[in-house]
Amino acid sequence: MAGYYHQEDLPRFPEMGKSAPELWQKFSEWYSAVFAEGALSAREKALIALAVSHAVQCPYCIDAYTQDCLEKGSNREQMTEAVHVAAAIRGGASLVHGLQMRNAADKVSM
Amino acid sequence: MSLASIQHPLAASVAQLRVLNQPVPSWEPFEEALARSSLYPLTATGITVFQINVGKLCNQTCRHCHVDAGPDRRESMGHETAELCMRALAATDIPIVDITGGAPELNPNFRWLVKESRRLGRHVMDRCNLSVLLLPSQADLAEFLARHEVEVVASLPYYQAEETDRQRGEGVFQKSIEALRLLNRLGYGQPESKLRLNLVYNPVGAYLPPSQPAIEADFRRELKQRYGIVFHSLYVITNMPISRFLEFLLRTGNYERYMTRLVNAYNPAAAAGAMCRYTLSVGWDGTLYDCDFNQMLELPVGYRAPAHIRDFHLAGLNTRRIVTGQHCYGCTAGNGSSCGGTTAR
Repeated sequence: MAGYYHQEDLPRFPEMGKSAPELWQKFSEWYSAVFAEGALSAREKALIALAVSHAVQCPYCIDAYTQDCLEKGSNREQMTEAVHVAAAIRGGASLVHGLQMRNAADKVSM
Repeated sequence: MSLASIQHPLAASVAQLRVLNQPVPSWEPFEEALARSSLYPLTATGITVFQINVGKLCNQTCRHCHVDAGPDRRESMGHETAELCMRALAATDIPIVDITGGAPELNPNFRWLVKESRRLGRHVMDRCNLSVLLLPSQADLAEFLARHEVEVVASLPYYQAEETDRQRGEGVFQKSIEALRLLNRLGYGQPESKLRLNLVYNPVGAYLPPSQPAIEADFRRELKQRYGIVFHSLYVITNMPISRFLEFLLRTGNYERYMTRLVNAYNPAAAAGAMCRYTLSVGWDGTLYDCDFNQMLELPVGYRAPAHIRDFHLAGLNTRRIVTGQHCYGCTAGNGSSCGGTTAR
């Protein structure tokens, strides 16, 4: 995480509450509730978060949820499959827009 | 390679303590955390586990080992000290004898200690690395353990070879599976069996262990499906920032982050249930400690408690004040960590 992103910034995340404490409080409570054990286990949620981290390409999230997945007992095989899910959705999302291309091409073609 | 064999500076406990005692403003001194939880000074609540570390000799050289054990280590409990241990035990009604090392089975007095403890009617636990059961010199070890109804507490950091071998050495996972099958064949780990087989999980890196029930369910399912192996319970243990694991943390730049993780995860319930409160740890030379970790940091029992097995008297140790330090965050983070797994469930 060299350059624009700095690993040491991640623990400073709560500083986002300094100028908008009420919003931060709401976010924190909601965030904790989201990741609590529920219909999905905390480990499944961590794997989803890891996949989404890669989809949105957030270095902080990748770092945090790699650690969290390991702490929830996931292994590299499972974590790699989660990343592939993210990659497949990103790739698939591009590819499925090929239909827009085909539609547009059809429209202007004889 | 053990740190001792390569004469690494961290082989010396003073060097480890120097690192651990370096003040970091955001890391509350452990004693202050205890005080906040109304647990200062931490005291023993009576001894129910008599833990004997018979020495540092081991057939493996695991990368996280807090003992810095290995095939090169020669520290080993002699018969005279073993006899003192049994004499002390006989004078008490401490119900559990927990024998550890190194690979404790390689100590020439191991079997004598087992037999004597059983003769005294005590429950005996063997902290076993599994691969030792396959050594030609230990061909009858598994049967010996079964015959004396010794509980086997076996290290297996993961149910896959990649993770296990990364921590414990190439090929160790396969040997562990073979040894577990041998134990299962003898009746160990079977649902109704009195031959107890418990596994120990610890993280293969600088992170906290998962929830014990969750990872136990994974181990049970995967070991059964993949290898047909059964066991009773799985204990999760946090890696302690001492000895080889401390060296790993420092070498890989993970030390500050890991310690911050431990300090921030301090759990008063885990501190209240810490194993040092009900354990007495005896070193290979007879020195008494509050736990095996203090033993490796050469921090013997303090505050005027008898410090050697030859001076053992229960009244002086039962409610002793416990020697603590920053490393104690390892046992009090999250759900807690002990030789019997989590302490705050």
